[in-house]
Amino acid sequence: MSRVLVAMSGGVDSAVSAALMKEQGHDVTGVTLKLWGGPQDQGCCSVSDVDDARRVAQQLEIDHFVFNYGEEFDQHVVGPYVKAHAAGLTPNPCIECNRHIKFDALVSRAKKLGFDVVATGHHARIIKTDKGLRLARGLDESKDQSYVLYMLTAQDLSMLEFPVGEMTKSEVRALARRQGLRSATKPDSQDVCFITASEGRARFLSDRLDLHTADIVDLEGNEIGTIDAVELVTIGQRRGLNLGGNSDRTYAVQVDVPSRRVVAGSAQDLLSEDVQLTDHVWVDEPHIGPVQVQISAHGNQASACLTSDGNVHWVDARRKVAPGQAVVFYCDDLVIGGATAT
Amino acid sequence: METAKLDRPVYLDCAASTPVKPVVIDAMMPYLTEHFGNPSGAHRMARSSRAAIDDAREICAALLGFGPHEIVFTSGGTESDNLAIHGVCSTTGVAVCPETEHHAVLHPVESHNGRLIKVASDGDVDLEHLKTLLDGDVSVLSVMLVNNESGRIIDLEPIAELRDRYAPQALLHTDAVQAINWLDIVDVGRRADMMSFSGHKFGAPKGIGVLAVRNQVALVPQLLGGGQEAERRSGTHNTAGIVALGAALQSLEKSRKSEIDRLGTLNERLACGLVAAIPGCFTTIPQSKRAAGILQIVIEGIESEALLVLLEREGIMASAAASCASGAMDPSHVLAAMGMDRTLAAGSLRLSLGWCTEDWEIEHAVEVVPGCVEQLRGKS
Repeated sequence: MSRVLVAMSGGVDSAVSAALMKEQGHDVTGVTLKLWGGPQDQGCCSVSDVDDARRVAQQLEIDHFVFNYGEEFDQHVVGPYVKAHAAGLTPNPCIECNRHIKFDALVSRAKKLGFDVVATGHHARIIKTDKGLRLARGLDESKDQSYVLYMLTAQDLSMLEFPVGEMTKSEVRALARRQGLRSATKPDSQDVCFITASEGRARFLSDRLDLHTADIVDLEGNEIGTIDAVELVTIGQRRGLNLGGNSDRTYAVQVDVPSRRVVAGSAQDLLSEDVQLTDHVWVDEPHIGPVQVQISAHGNQASACLTSDGNVHWVDARRKVAPGQAVVFYCDDLVIGGATAT
Repeated sequence: METAKLDRPVYLDCAASTPVKPVVIDAMMPYLTEHFGNPSGAHRMARSSRAAIDDAREICAALLGFGPHEIVFTSGGTESDNLAIHGVCSTTGVAVCPETEHHAVLHPVESHNGRLIKVASDGDVDLEHLKTLLDGDVSVLSVMLVNNESGRIIDLEPIAELRDRYAPQALLHTDAVQAINWLDIVDVGRRADMMSFSGHKFGAPKGIGVLAVRNQVALVPQLLGGGQEAERRSGTHNTAGIVALGAALQSLEKSRKSEIDRLGTLNERLACGLVAAIPGCFTTIPQSKRAAGILQIVIEGIESEALLVLLEREGIMASAAASCASGAMDPSHVLAAMGMDRTLAAGSLRLSLGWCTEDWEIEHAVEVVPGCVEQLRGKS
């Protein structure tokens, strides 16, 4: 029997994770993280989500705590999110939350409190290989979350469990229904937890940084339009460029915040053979050679080669990756590392 | 979570709530069963409820230093505080309170063009600053007698003097929710125009409180309806709760002095034991300035949220700063107002004693808390 701390978001996946750990005979404690004090829809940490998590813990007859990581969340997730937009990058706050809050602050506290294992409701698997523990895609391909967990090293994995990683989402819901858990039919959380649907990203950011209008130019540098907030433009974006005429086929291919300039071009102009990367994390050691690469949370993987300088070279040219996005490398189902596009 | 094997938990969270005293349960039970009539009714069963409320009102009035017509029964401390501030402050009026007040005062004050008084590092109100905040616009000045987090005792007299001099039109309210156990309320509250109390802090159940209001105060009701409590607080009387509150006050009155001595000694023993055994541990308020039942300590290099988990495992129920809506601990606004560094304040722990506290609980805490701190400091 291990002493297990289950991070319970209030959703069905973590509820079932707690139920499974209990069923396996472990000494299970639930914890919900209070991360964001501002307005929010359902996400990871609203008061109603805490209520749901607590109720599930009561149903499972396990202890439940709420840890306040509001300041850490501001410092490591919200602040950098705003800063990244100011620099024209496209950040992924869920990854930063995993990196700094769930799998750093929380895991380190769990160790101090004498827990042997931290379990979460992520759809991913931890697999024993000849070379040690590896993170693998979740069994349910449509729900796989290994992309947002790429920062976990083999050493990190030794203290983690993802109990629903071997299940499909419908199996998870069925189990929750059988046990009568409150969150059995709760919809999956969507989008960034600290941005509400009613206010939106633009309003959230405009409250926290100055947004600037920018010129839209074509590849030759001819001015073809303007846009309200250059900080909100993502490479590959088509909507909102307000170009009229043929705008359906015009994409942002380059965003230059300091010069207040967005370069627009065709789908062809958006193609690139390489992705420049920084801030690599490897599950144990750097890798060179053929890999499968995923560039967004719900995107497909594509074949590429990792170069000796740590960049991605696509087998077939693909759309540019927005700077700031996570790029994750796989061999078969196994995550071997990841990095941030520059 | 596996917990230590004790006959019962070590309960050191009496400032949060106390168990209902047996004598109080005996007094209130008939009003949950036999005498359940609505006291506002016209028949015999209503009258028996009404008589019990009238008795309790006289008991409360006498023991709190007010007249029977000056007692308004409420649902508890938060409602009493809100009624006091909102009830005397118009939309243009100004409310004033220290930065260290309970949120039940702080938030209503902030909603009335609030002016916040700075406090010193020892938790005392900065009288020089208060002087600058008082003028003809102030409708109400609210200062708590005993701080719920730090246990700091505040002397109302110099505050009342400043009010008399610089804002004589302003009413003086005090949140006496914690103080009732530890101070002679009639004496320390003599300058207050309004005082808030909450039953569950001294052996009555949750859901019953009092706002004591001097006759000359024109209180605008916040709950409209049947006009109970002389049109100041509508809503069917909580007969059993009111009877319980009266019984708890009588019981408290009998034992207050001896309990202050008994629990003050235990408080000191706890403080000395912990400070001696834990390096980098100190009390936020010296013994002479804190209430007998409240001890707040700060422990360097730990987070109290984690410490509370370990303490619970050892059978000790305690508290840190105020909880927010989610149940998480919010950073202490009291320690922030006292100028304490945020990282240091994150290691605060409140241990609070009450009528149910026994010697062995203090001994257990002194024995066990240092080890928990060591565990948290030992692994990074």
